[in-house]
Amino acid sequence: MSLVSYLFNGLSLGAVYAIIALGYTMVYGIAKMLNFAHGDVIMVGTYIAFTAISTMGMSPAAGIIISIIGCTVIGVLIEAIAYRPLLNVSKLAVLITAIGVSYFLQNVALLIFGSDTKSFTSVVSFRGISLAGGKLNISGETIVTIAVCIVIMLVLTIFIKYTKPGKAMLAVSEDPGAASLMGINTNGTIALTFAIGSALAAVAGVLLCSSYPALTPYTGSMPGIKAFVAAVFGGIGSIPGAFVGGLLLGVIEILSKAYISSQMADAIVFAVLIVVLLVKPTGLLGKDIQEKV
Amino acid sequence: MAKKIFSKDNSSYFLVIIAYILVELLLKTGSLSSLMRGLLVPLCVYVILAVSLNITVGILGELSLGHAGFMCVGAFAGAFMSRYIGDSLPQGAVFLIALLTGAIVASVFGIIIGIPVLRLKGDYLAIVTLAFGEIIKNIMNILYVGKDANGLHISLNSASSLGLDPESGDIIINGAMGITGTPKSSTFTIGIILVLLTLFVTLNLIHSRTGRAIMAIRDNRIAAESIGINITKYKLLAFTVSAAFAGIAGVLYAHNLNTLTALPKNFGYNMSIMILVFVVLGGMGNIRGSIIAAVVLTLLPELLRGLNEYRMLIYSIVLIAVMIFSWSPTAKNFREKYLGFLKFGKKREVS
Amino acid sequence: MALLEVTGLGISFGGLRAVDDFNVIIKKGQLYGLIGPNGAGKTTIFNLLTGVYKPTDGFIVLDGENITGKKTTDISKAGVARTFQNIRLFSDLTVLDNVKAGLHNEYKYSTLTGIFRMPSYFRTEKEMNEKAMELLKVFDLEKETDYKASNLPYGKQRKLEIARALATNPKLLLLDEPAAGMNPNETAELMETIRFVRDKFDMTILLIEHDMKLVAGICEKLTVLNFGQVLAQGDTSKVLKDPKVISAYLGE
Repeated sequence: MSLVSYLFNGLSLGAVYAIIALGYTMVYGIAKMLNFAHGDVIMVGTYIAFTAISTMGMSPAAGIIISIIGCTVIGVLIEAIAYRPLLNVSKLAVLITAIGVSYFLQNVALLIFGSDTKSFTSVVSFRGISLAGGKLNISGETIVTIAVCIVIMLVLTIFIKYTKPGKAMLAVSEDPGAASLMGINTNGTIALTFAIGSALAAVAGVLLCSSYPALTPYTGSMPGIKAFVAAVFGGIGSIPGAFVGGLLLGVIEILSKAYISSQMADAIVFAVLIVVLLVKPTGLLGKDIQEKV
Repeated sequence: MAKKIFSKDNSSYFLVIIAYILVELLLKTGSLSSLMRGLLVPLCVYVILAVSLNITVGILGELSLGHAGFMCVGAFAGAFMSRYIGDSLPQGAVFLIALLTGAIVASVFGIIIGIPVLRLKGDYLAIVTLAFGEIIKNIMNILYVGKDANGLHISLNSASSLGLDPESGDIIINGAMGITGTPKSSTFTIGIILVLLTLFVTLNLIHSRTGRAIMAIRDNRIAAESIGINITKYKLLAFTVSAAFAGIAGVLYAHNLNTLTALPKNFGYNMSIMILVFVVLGGMGNIRGSIIAAVVLTLLPELLRGLNEYRMLIYSIVLIAVMIFSWSPTAKNFREKYLGFLKFGKKREVS
Repeated sequence: MALLEVTGLGISFGGLRAVDDFNVIIKKGQLYGLIGPNGAGKTTIFNLLTGVYKPTDGFIVLDGENITGKKTTDISKAGVARTFQNIRLFSDLTVLDNVKAGLHNEYKYSTLTGIFRMPSYFRTEKEMNEKAMELLKVFDLEKETDYKASNLPYGKQRKLEIARALATNPKLLLLDEPAAGMNPNETAELMETIRFVRDKFDMTILLIEHDMKLVAGICEKLTVLNFGQVLAQGDTSKVLKDPKVISAYLGE
């Protein structure tokens, strides 16, 4: 039975990674940039929710909504101020700027909230279920996280396939030059992508800290990197890839912690990524593009 | 051109030597705070790291986010060697052997990692090097090595499972507690000598047949293949040389500490990223730029120390502002119009 | 004597037959033209000859040596050099260094010799400089040696690419649309240069070109390709009068 409960824990953690990875992969797909600050947007979102719920005594629902709005605004501002001037100039320059933004967000959080660990209260009031005569307990957080992830994944897929702004995103990610010639507002589309990615980051942060309540200015860093790994693992730029990559990564991490070594869990996650990329250099569901001679 | 490049190379050496003389003068007159004195060896470490990473990122044109991993391997290998040899040789000789060990072990890792990794491209290569760096750091935290009369004992579990002889046993690498009791052999003078050695090898490599082949691959892989350059060989060579010097920087770093542990702060991906920031701000492929950027960016937080908790915030704002100011097209036009006298590092894109 | 002998060469990409049953014999010192409408498979043939693609069928024999399916690097060492339709220079290297990179396998010293600047480093570098200058003079580039390759005007970039290819001391030189983007004066000058290269280096040259004037002016033999297949082959004057060729080019 413990294996099944570990699997659920893994899926739950994986679902959080998947939601973060969706943000990573959409931004990468459209702007071809590694947004190293994405993990820190998660942290900011969680602090916003924490302040709204625990300090100001709002309801969890209101806290989450404020957090989503806050992150969306921050995401769009970051893109407009720090990334847009450099997006078409140099990938590496944007990467370094993203690192600067990451330091910036961490230090702002440090100044406002201090370095001590805040204990985040779970936003999930649902108690969870007990199966097999109490041998298998699945927490409410686990169920809610997995459900939210599936809903987000479905909504995003429908959004991109069937709505105008969604199709514009696809067009811009395929060929920004041609898209703008077709009358698509590329800057607006990129801003929209950052907005969605950041909103997802807020959701991911709240869900993550509902299961793992320790909140510090560095809470977002490691999950951010792991989600980045998940995105690459699934094939960066691919939405189903981020979903599959996130879930697999979460399961691998939890199972390694449980059965191999808790200290080595991260190393095992990274090792699996390396093996996958060596076998399939563009990730599980990534497209292989050959250079034309 | 040959003459011009030569003079630019020379200016890198001059820069280091002048900095050395200046610092020595300040030390003699006692006008350097203890805080600054404590930074001298780390500065040399960062300069070596930045110059060596520039070989991979600027000269070879591949984005690596795992440079701290090679530094970590070098640091542990070198410190282990120092502790293993112990007092049986004079301190200088021990340090020399430690440096060689660090360089060799790091380059072996460079080859082992480089062979699979260098087949990947761009961002995939970046993430895999990051992954390797994290794995190395992780393994160092669970590695236990001890020696006794029967020889070496290695374990990945705990110090007690080494089964050391209680009389003669000595735990050298103690898992997450790392290596303690490494001789503090690193001095500013040795650091500067190693910086000069790194410069010598890097600059001469760039201006040789090998360097041309590496840069040809960077500029156009397909054309390089078409004129008969062995892509794998030269990519691996550049990657390995870069790793070897990261290893040397690691040994220098380890012999400046009482206790060497593998923490996210010193050997994690954040460190790799910080070195990358030096390289990019200094200018891709611009060796002198790497030196200046490493020194300025290491000193900047210290100079801002008076601002206490605001210093890292200011550091991050400066970083963003400098990137936008020196790269964005609007800022470039502005600069060319009004600030033509300021020279900026050569900009180049990683493929 | 045949320098290049290609028999039954073919390649498929998925279901698409890009090149089918391509045969050609090029004699030493010949100036041979490969023409055809866009998408006929000309560049694909160059990519097959240089190992960028592995052929599905057929054989490529260079000067008696079977080079079919070999790696690009090895084919370069065997003596095939090329230029590219979309110029591929080492853009951040100087003009001189571009040519010296081409000399990579002709003048050698070890990495350690380079790092420690042993006597043979200086000697070999000097020889390389002399050889590179000699080639640059042929293409009238000796004044631009210190320029970054990407800062050269377009026509000179094309010339530099040919110089770099010649630096590898090839037996066979493949030129992919050398006159593309050039004005009539530049094209005329290029024709002279190509002829000069052939005579001076006793070079065998296979070129892809759209400029009929250039083809008719310098190529001794021609192969016309259409839809991946050979439409006509033989002496230039005869091939250009072939009604099949005229209809393929001008339409019915």
